Amino acid sequence: MGLRTEILPAFYQDSVVLMRISAQVRARVSVREVALFMGTPANHALLAQAGLATAAGQAAGPNDLIVTVSADDERVAAEAIGTVKELLAESSRSRETAAEYRPRTLDSALQALPDANLAALSIPGPYVRDEAMAALRRNLHLFIFSDNVPIADEIAMKQEALRRGLLCMGPDQGTAYLGGVGLGFANVVARGRVGCVAASGTGLQAVVSRLDALGEGVSHAIGVGGRDLSEAVGGAMTLFALDALAADPATEGIVLVSKPPHPSVLDRVEARLAAIPKPTVICCVGAKPRSPGKVVWVDTLQQAADAIVAAMAGQRWDSAPLSDAGQVGKCLRSLAGAGCGGRRILGLYTGGTLAYETGHVLRGVFGDDHPHRILDLGDDEYTVGRPHPMIDPRTRGEMIVRAGDDPGIGVLLVDLVLGKGAHASPAAPLAEAVNEARRSARAGGRDIAVLAAVIGTVGDPQGLASQAALLEEAGIATLATNADAARCAAMLVHPPLQAEWMREMA
Amino acid sequence: METKVLPEALRVINVGLESFADDLRADGVPVVQMDWRPPAGGNARLAALLAELDDEA
Repeated sequence: MGLRTEILPAFYQDSVVLMRISAQVRARVSVREVALFMGTPANHALLAQAGLATAAGQAAGPNDLIVTVSADDERVAAEAIGTVKELLAESSRSRETAAEYRPRTLDSALQALPDANLAALSIPGPYVRDEAMAALRRNLHLFIFSDNVPIADEIAMKQEALRRGLLCMGPDQGTAYLGGVGLGFANVVARGRVGCVAASGTGLQAVVSRLDALGEGVSHAIGVGGRDLSEAVGGAMTLFALDALAADPATEGIVLVSKPPHPSVLDRVEARLAAIPKPTVICCVGAKPRSPGKVVWVDTLQQAADAIVAAMAGQRWDSAPLSDAGQVGKCLRSLAGAGCGGRRILGLYTGGTLAYETGHVLRGVFGDDHPHRILDLGDDEYTVGRPHPMIDPRTRGEMIVRAGDDPGIGVLLVDLVLGKGAHASPAAPLAEAVNEARRSARAGGRDIAVLAAVIGTVGDPQGLASQAALLEEAGIATLATNADAARCAAMLVHPPLQAEWMREMA
Repeated sequence: METKVLPEALRVINVGLESFADDLRADGVPVVQMDWRPPAGGNARLAALLAELDDEA
């Protein structure tokens, strides 16, 4: 048999709950796939794309839950659907016994928390605008995690926020910090002197984690969403956030993190940064650094943290190819036996900006036309029906295992992103997948070198040292910055680079 | 207007993923979790009318 669908009418559940339940069902019942989706137009399209659309499912509306199971026989399918219903009932029961008041409208939420100052939105993209506008009218700042928000909606929300002197952080913003509190995927960092504006989630995580390692903390980190520096949005929230940090007495230095902005927007942003009478650093990963002026330009996320710390101390900051040559040297020695020279790098990333940064480093070394592949597994094409890879390690695990069978791949390069919101122990499934890939490679008479950039802080709930130790035990070399990991990978496949970079650092 | 920017003490209304509310509570942040579902039972036309009403309120 193929697909079996059942609709649960008027049964709205958030996507994380649904993904958790489908993972639990897959672990208990031997089905090929379990898909739990609300019947929104976007989800109907997604199900069709994944080959999981059924005639029965088409009838579901945005408030109805579609349960579709792909199984070998009728009995297994029925068992899976039964398990879904059981787990949903369990989830509702535990919510009810929590006896927490859950208002249905924004106004009743405000009665329960009259001096609320921020609304955090993580609902399907097409619904964001109305909720966001309602929150702005009630003087609430916004943190918008949702993606798939039309750009016209983003522009309208940001204009309204600016008119009211409020922040609109996002849409599609994974991380922010206000008043020492992290929102979304956030590493545990101390309150401190550095203010950040970020059109990137994992880029911000990498910068604040590096700041933490350097003993610095964050005053506020304002995420603006990946499209803020596009021509259409025009840097609206970036410029506003820069002004706010410039006026903030707790902020002594400012870092801007993004992918390359539209040139016209970059000019405006750079002029604004240059006018701020505090040390400022700009890191547009992948953009060619401009000639140094008052604003310090850096090339990588780690350098952004290093440069602002130096600038606040009144010291000169010099760019170097590696941030921790000692650790890179150790990794190179430990992986020397894998015989990677001349083979390819496969980068499997959970962090989009980290993947982008690695691509940028490799292009700088090997030119645009190189054989290496760097994938952002948080991209829509890999997350159909699955949670983000920072939460759910399955997609990456499967790809790592397959890489063990490919004799052309010499280096596997990965990130391990810790912090609130991420998987409880991402090192464990990563180590397991790597062990399996290695077994296949060795059965084929070869080895594969594995390098991980571990992005996290000592305060993170997963435990920075214990997560790194799990990787090291599995023979995975760890580095604290992504640029070092990328350069280490480059040196492994092209050993002449070692002489050049390691000598420069000596 | 200035006092509204960069709040020192967050108080959050969480609309959507409950795990975010849990993380904030663990940080000692007061949070109200809304029981959100698509407005007007998912009827887009009706939802737009409701949003317009709120706009005028």
